[in-house]
Amino acid sequence: MEKRKGIKALKDEDENNNWWWLVCRGTAASFLSISVFAILVRVAVSIHPYSGAGKPPKYGDFEAQRHWMEITLNLPASEWYRNSTTNDLSYWGLDYPPLTAYQSYFHALILRNFHPDSVSLYTSRGHESYLGKLLMRWTVLSSDMLIFFPAVFYFVIAYYFATQSGRKSDVAWHIAMILLNPCLILIDHGHFQYNCISLGLIVGAAAAILSSKDLLACFLFSLALNHKQLSAYVAPAFFSYLLGKCLKCRNPLFEVLKLGLVVIGTFALVWLPYLQSANSFLEVLSRLAPFERGIYEDYVANFWCTSSVLIKWKILFTIPSLKLLSFVATISASLPSMVQQIWAPSKQGFLYGLLNASLSFYMFSYQVHEKSILLPLLPASFLAIEEPFLFKWMMHYALLSMFPLLCRDELILPYISLSALFILLYHAPGGRQDTSDRCFPASLKSFMIGFLVLCSLILHVVYLAVRPPEKYPFLFEAMIMLLCFSQFVFVAGYTNIKQWKLSKDSTLENKEKKYL
Amino acid sequence: MTGAKNPKTTISIPNPIFDLAWFSLIATCVKLLLIPSYHSSDFEVHRHWLALTHSLSLPNWYLDETSPWTLDYPPFFAYFERFLSLFAKLVDPTIVDLHDGLNYKSPSVIIFQRLTVMVSDMVLIFGIYRLGRKLGSRERNLIWILVVWSPGLLIVDHMHFQYNGFLLGILLVSLSCLEEGRDLVGGFVFAVLLCFKHLFAVAGPVYFVYLLRHYCRGGWVRGFGRLVAMGTVVVAVFVAAYGPFVYYGQIQQVFHRMFPFGRGLCHAYWAPNFWVFYILLDKGLAFVVAKLGFTIQVPTASFTGGLVGDSSPFAVLPKVTPLITFVLVLVALFPCLIKAWRNPQPSMITRWVAYAYTCGFLFGWHVHEKASLHFVIPLAIVATQSMEDARHYFILSIVSCYSLFPLLFEAQEYPIKVLLLLLHSILMWFGFSSQFSQITSAKTRATSQKKGYKSGLKESPGTVMQKQAFNIGWIGTSYLLGLLVVETWGQFLHPIILGNRLPFLPLLMISIYCALGMMYSWIWQLRRIISTR
Repeated sequence: MEKRKGIKALKDEDENNNWWWLVCRGTAASFLSISVFAILVRVAVSIHPYSGAGKPPKYGDFEAQRHWMEITLNLPASEWYRNSTTNDLSYWGLDYPPLTAYQSYFHALILRNFHPDSVSLYTSRGHESYLGKLLMRWTVLSSDMLIFFPAVFYFVIAYYFATQSGRKSDVAWHIAMILLNPCLILIDHGHFQYNCISLGLIVGAAAAILSSKDLLACFLFSLALNHKQLSAYVAPAFFSYLLGKCLKCRNPLFEVLKLGLVVIGTFALVWLPYLQSANSFLEVLSRLAPFERGIYEDYVANFWCTSSVLIKWKILFTIPSLKLLSFVATISASLPSMVQQIWAPSKQGFLYGLLNASLSFYMFSYQVHEKSILLPLLPASFLAIEEPFLFKWMMHYALLSMFPLLCRDELILPYISLSALFILLYHAPGGRQDTSDRCFPASLKSFMIGFLVLCSLILHVVYLAVRPPEKYPFLFEAMIMLLCFSQFVFVAGYTNIKQWKLSKDSTLENKEKKYL
Repeated sequence: MTGAKNPKTTISIPNPIFDLAWFSLIATCVKLLLIPSYHSSDFEVHRHWLALTHSLSLPNWYLDETSPWTLDYPPFFAYFERFLSLFAKLVDPTIVDLHDGLNYKSPSVIIFQRLTVMVSDMVLIFGIYRLGRKLGSRERNLIWILVVWSPGLLIVDHMHFQYNGFLLGILLVSLSCLEEGRDLVGGFVFAVLLCFKHLFAVAGPVYFVYLLRHYCRGGWVRGFGRLVAMGTVVVAVFVAAYGPFVYYGQIQQVFHRMFPFGRGLCHAYWAPNFWVFYILLDKGLAFVVAKLGFTIQVPTASFTGGLVGDSSPFAVLPKVTPLITFVLVLVALFPCLIKAWRNPQPSMITRWVAYAYTCGFLFGWHVHEKASLHFVIPLAIVATQSMEDARHYFILSIVSCYSLFPLLFEAQEYPIKVLLLLLHSILMWFGFSSQFSQITSAKTRATSQKKGYKSGLKESPGTVMQKQAFNIGWIGTSYLLGLLVVETWGQFLHPIILGNRLPFLPLLMISIYCALGMMYSWIWQLRRIISTR
């Protein structure tokens, strides 16, 4: 293996690559340069408006996060999730798990130090100021730099150590693909959220899996779950891979016990203030599952919303039956990939499993948001080097599916800029040599691709320029949703098949090895 | 999508135009993101010029006083604004309204004006493309990174707001013509540049001597014929620019607007040049003299107070007049002119021109810190030629970029300017060190054991041997670390320790400290020019 690496390194030097001067300094150098650029892009996006800027009385996610800081700073932990005269839960009540609350508290301490007005109880409601915006933006930025970036570095090291392959410029390209994910940047630094923390923890957990540190993976993933319940989208992949691996061991029960202990321990640690009584525990739990908000929100490109054009789910079914329905649908959709991983756990299969699980959750689970597409996008970016086209395709439609949301936030300019930046980086000169475009050689397919891209471009323009007919005010949103949904279905089908093919390949390989 | 279908062909046959387009588009994406960032009063200056050239007839352009931002660029720039105003009117008629448009700040005008800067940067890209054509792909790549991703240009043009990329692009086109030996075109383009912005005239003597000796040679008759040809071309350009104003009898008014000598020696924020030391010396002497018991007349105008009027601001040292600065620039230029006279080589012209702008920056009258771009950008072209060039450029470009920091004083832009400089330094470091480790790897093998390594960066064990290939020496390293100290003091320690006292001190420190680096660069360039045959 060492020899092969040496040959590859030599090949790198010989190539008249545009990035030789960077990649020949090693992965750390590439990572450093790309991450500084990625931070620069994030800062540049952060000067644009946030969601709900100057839109009283409810404002948007920015105000929600600020309000959580205000609440956590001024009230004791036991009051955070409880409706009271001081904490009006109908106004952006805290509905994320405790780790988010702690993070809000920590950030509130910083804000209080520099700008006390922005987090004072009652009086700061709807607070908007130059300094307040900057400080809030910087809290996201620092979270990103402290959690997401190191996690990605760990992931890249683990990934290329595990696969033992890749030209150096491929590694740099891959880093750029993960760090400069336009959707993530737009939502976190434009719209305003802290997805970088939970996603960063997931990246760390996935990297731990790749480097065979299962206990660390459990710990990190439990933290991710405790920061944002949305992280559950990828839980089936972690669960099935680890279960499958344990079953392969000599002493499965002991292994499962070890992992279970870590998970329970982490949860207990995070939930400590709420474990005094069953009442307070259930109180928090009920806040985390806002089922009354309906099965889907706005126009999200998932199954329920798309099929509601034909079947009025919200009218036909009650909330409990919808809950059950969506639960069953989600589990059955993610079952194939779970079964594959339990049956034949592999690191590569695990990455596909992450993508499949998160896609099935996005498609079928309850209360899905446009922003939830960030979760399937993350494993897709892990696989960018193996499935470059798939990744680009998904990114394209993920961006499109968020377009109406970002238009409302007045983030069209960064949307255009970051989409262009992504396409440019994807086609970086000398960045990546082999593409799996051989999957799409036929002229019919390239025609289809061109047609679909054209459709999406036209939809962008139409959404901006044309006023929808009076009778169907959300006509264009629905069209965008339909197009994105159809593409996501295609992606989900492809990756599921791919994951199963993977296990066939690996079993074949094993058999060959045995015969040899 | 075409790129996706045949990536193999685009990679195996590297096409410099595509690659350069890629680099510039990446930069454009960042520029687009920076559209809502802070812009200085220069934004309103240029907006007013759009309105002025659109609403008024040509004879009134240099007479108008609707806004304090009167037109003070040469006529070609006015024509350029007139051209842009045609589009501005289509975008939003208020932009070009002389009275309603004053201090107009709607998104339409901001996006329109920012876009004009981005589009006009194409000239810079064209210039850099022409200069890079004959170079190897590695050098070319590095130069693109230095120029197309230049943090100074991003800060000045795309945040602070100016059209330096466009103007420097014209300069680079002219230089590329001269380097190729196409002197007539080069001279023509330079004349055009002078009619866009007269500040570029500092390199005029160098151009004059070089073209006289390089172009107008080959015997008396042929030489004279060429001199006439060149003279005709240059005069034609100037007639095209100033002709209409001569016709209306306004040429005096035009020059009066273009050369406002009443503005004083230094800007409110002192550009990091020679005069910083002169003022400091004066202050120091005044202090000593006062201590000795002599009574001296305290100057009425203080440098730290802002703009300086006609009264002498110096307590002890003689007053500096525009004429003195003019003579000083010429004296500083002299060695370079002699070299150009004796041996006019095309390969040296970029250095000479850059040196001329350095002299103008250091000794000129009312120099703005932005003027350092005039020599930092051309020097990027020669930065990859040798290790010494790279070392000098590394320090110079960081100092130049840092000296631009006070332009963006709001908190929102603080991380942006820091990150821009950081990214630039990192890319430069990796670029130069790879470039020169390749060239010197054979030499280092023999000498690597003898010399000690000096490098602040962590590197993988495989590159230990290359470590000494590119370093800036302990003086350079400590000087650059000193920048960090100056910045930390100004941003964090000063407000804590001194509070609101001595508010000008941080800026003063930046000026003095950067002036040291600029003086070093001047001396280095001078020595480099003298030492070449």
